[in-house]
Amino acid sequence: MFEIVKRKEMANGTVILNEIKAPLIAQKAKPGQFVILKADERGERIPLTMADSDPERGTITVIYKVVGRSTELFKGLEVGDSYQDAIGPLGQPTHLEKVGTVVCVGGGTGIAVLHPIAQGLKRVGNRVVGIIGARTEGLLILEEEMRAVSNELFVCTDDGSRGHHGFVTDILKRVLEEENVDLVVAIGPVPMMKFVTEITKPYKVKTLVSLNPIMIDGTGMCGGCRVSVDGVNKFACVDGPEFDGHKVDFDQLMQRLRAYQSEEKTSSKAHRCRLDQ
Amino acid sequence: MAGNEAVTEKKTRVAMPEQEPDYRRRNFEEVPLGYTPEMAVKEASRCLQCKSPSCVEGCPVEIDIPAFIQLIKEEKFDEAIKKIWEKNRLPAVCGRVCPQENQCEGRCVLMKKGRPIAIGNLERFAADFAREKGIEEASPRLVPTGKKVAIVGSGPAGLTAAADLMAKGHQVTIFEALHKPGGVLVYGIPEFRLPKDIVADEVESLERQGAEIECNTVVGRTVTINELFEEGYDAVFIGVGAGLPKFMNIPGENLVGIMSANEYLTRANLMKVYLFPEYDTPIPKGKNVAVLGAGNVAMDSGRTAMRLGADTVRIVYRRSREEMPARAAEIHHAEEEGIEFLLLTNPIRFLGDDRGRVVGMECIKMELGEPDASGRRRPVAIEGSEFEISCDLVIIAVGTDANPLLTRSTEGLKLNKWGYIEADPDTGKTSIEGVWAGGDIVTGSATVIQAMGAGRRAARSIHEYLTHNS
Repeated sequence: MFEIVKRKEMANGTVILNEIKAPLIAQKAKPGQFVILKADERGERIPLTMADSDPERGTITVIYKVVGRSTELFKGLEVGDSYQDAIGPLGQPTHLEKVGTVVCVGGGTGIAVLHPIAQGLKRVGNRVVGIIGARTEGLLILEEEMRAVSNELFVCTDDGSRGHHGFVTDILKRVLEEENVDLVVAIGPVPMMKFVTEITKPYKVKTLVSLNPIMIDGTGMCGGCRVSVDGVNKFACVDGPEFDGHKVDFDQLMQRLRAYQSEEKTSSKAHRCRLDQ
Repeated sequence: MAGNEAVTEKKTRVAMPEQEPDYRRRNFEEVPLGYTPEMAVKEASRCLQCKSPSCVEGCPVEIDIPAFIQLIKEEKFDEAIKKIWEKNRLPAVCGRVCPQENQCEGRCVLMKKGRPIAIGNLERFAADFAREKGIEEASPRLVPTGKKVAIVGSGPAGLTAAADLMAKGHQVTIFEALHKPGGVLVYGIPEFRLPKDIVADEVESLERQGAEIECNTVVGRTVTINELFEEGYDAVFIGVGAGLPKFMNIPGENLVGIMSANEYLTRANLMKVYLFPEYDTPIPKGKNVAVLGAGNVAMDSGRTAMRLGADTVRIVYRRSREEMPARAAEIHHAEEEGIEFLLLTNPIRFLGDDRGRVVGMECIKMELGEPDASGRRRPVAIEGSEFEISCDLVIIAVGTDANPLLTRSTEGLKLNKWGYIEADPDTGKTSIEGVWAGGDIVTGSATVIQAMGAGRRAARSIHEYLTHNS
């Protein structure tokens, strides 16, 4: 059992932070890696990229958006409650090296995954420019934390309620025009990552993205997480989750992420029925 | 006349009662229902008790088959199971999933007349009898050796190695990457062929005897082999299975509705999809299902799809019926349940709709040419014979490759050119001192009993190593 030692609601309760006791995973976890969590006997195995890990406290932190049956179940867990299963750390860690100037672009809960990577990139001596965005101010997470690990931070909201009125890609374009950028790391909703790679492509700036496709085991066994990278199938669980964004087939990824849309509705409905009883 | 009848009676193999095909094709209950004691005794009476029994030679773990059959004949069922336990830790599993026709039953002298003793059915009977009556293998009071062995993977190889090592007084810890122990017995083989209660019983019995089981531990990620030695383990056995699913590598393979049998069966078995939405994991409900491949995994996938409500299920295979690698019983059961076989047919392209979902397959007809390296006649495409079939779910069951997750993280572990671990076939020894390996991660995809045999041989060698190195 993996006990929740800290829980925080963010973004008006749509995003949840859980710090979870998992000493073995915490000892090994590196920025960019993920864990699989399963709440109870009947639950799904849900892959989540870690937002933090603390080997001394023996804990890992995940920050997830409540989007369906399983994350609703996760949301119901309080401090002192436990996840039945936690497996990890899985996937390849981010390769952290000094390249010069790195632009870290984060959208929505992707900012949570981006934060430890930005921190690591800064620690090894890069100049980090952060660009983070959300639909509206209330949904923006980790602004202060990102500011602390960025040499410069830009904030964007779709409705203009905070920072730049518009998308992260607007700012990214400006930064690419104004300075010499050596690497872009983009983590967020798939459409955001797709647009970021389209913008960086003409500038020939290497762009890393972190993917979260549907998977079961996380160890290379099911092949459900296969992603077309440069026309070749890669397994996000063992080869990723980070890939060269210029080579990823995002349209296919989006289609594959929608594979269980109708089942998702059935499941959430059945869950609510059980709660009503 | 009466005498003649008795002779005929003796020649006939006692059939095991089964759920009716029309009924069972929509439920997940076990298909064969097991022998009654009377049936078992009657079948056991047919055994000729050969002086030099060839059935034993056909058994990878060398069960004393005539002896346990004789005990069943004498209605000493509890002694029969103890006789089996001398050589086999998992008889309830093996009686159900072993390819007996290629092993013990295939060597039975009565095979020549086409009526071999139903050894698998009798093994299952003895094991089920023990389960029902709560008969346990008496564990001898051993002086603990103080040696610790780490077993990586809780499938048939790992469970067997663990049991054998404990029987020698060593302490074992089994590490499992998934959240439940049992490996392929739990995620791969469906409930209707191997009830999960049986696997759970076997695992619990090992735990009662003192085995520690650590689930959710991915060796190679959560902990490495080197760290296991640092933690004080004296030896390591790797039995992680093959794992990495093969795909067809043809256009359209990433359309929604196309998945590996590993994924399909894991959703169905480990995640208990057939209880959705009571259990949370979903699965695509195919109406017209195509399964690519014709091994046991393909049969399991097709029969699962039928039970999940498919209208049609087609096994698509590029060779002919004779070359199908599945057990005869599985092919027979699949056919009885209405599964169709599209033989000498190879898919060349998947067809999708505008939402990226699979709606069909373009296939080409094949004919058999000269024998290839495997000794089977090589299928050759017939030019111009392309045709389309419609399907909304495709399950790819064409085998697996070596999973590199553990091997890549273990420095000095010698692999062959396909990525499988190089291990001595007699002992399971690898290139690293103190590390043994067995099962599919050494041989590539094989059977449960072969993995068990490898686990047993490795345990023997590990025991020697531990006693001579002290």
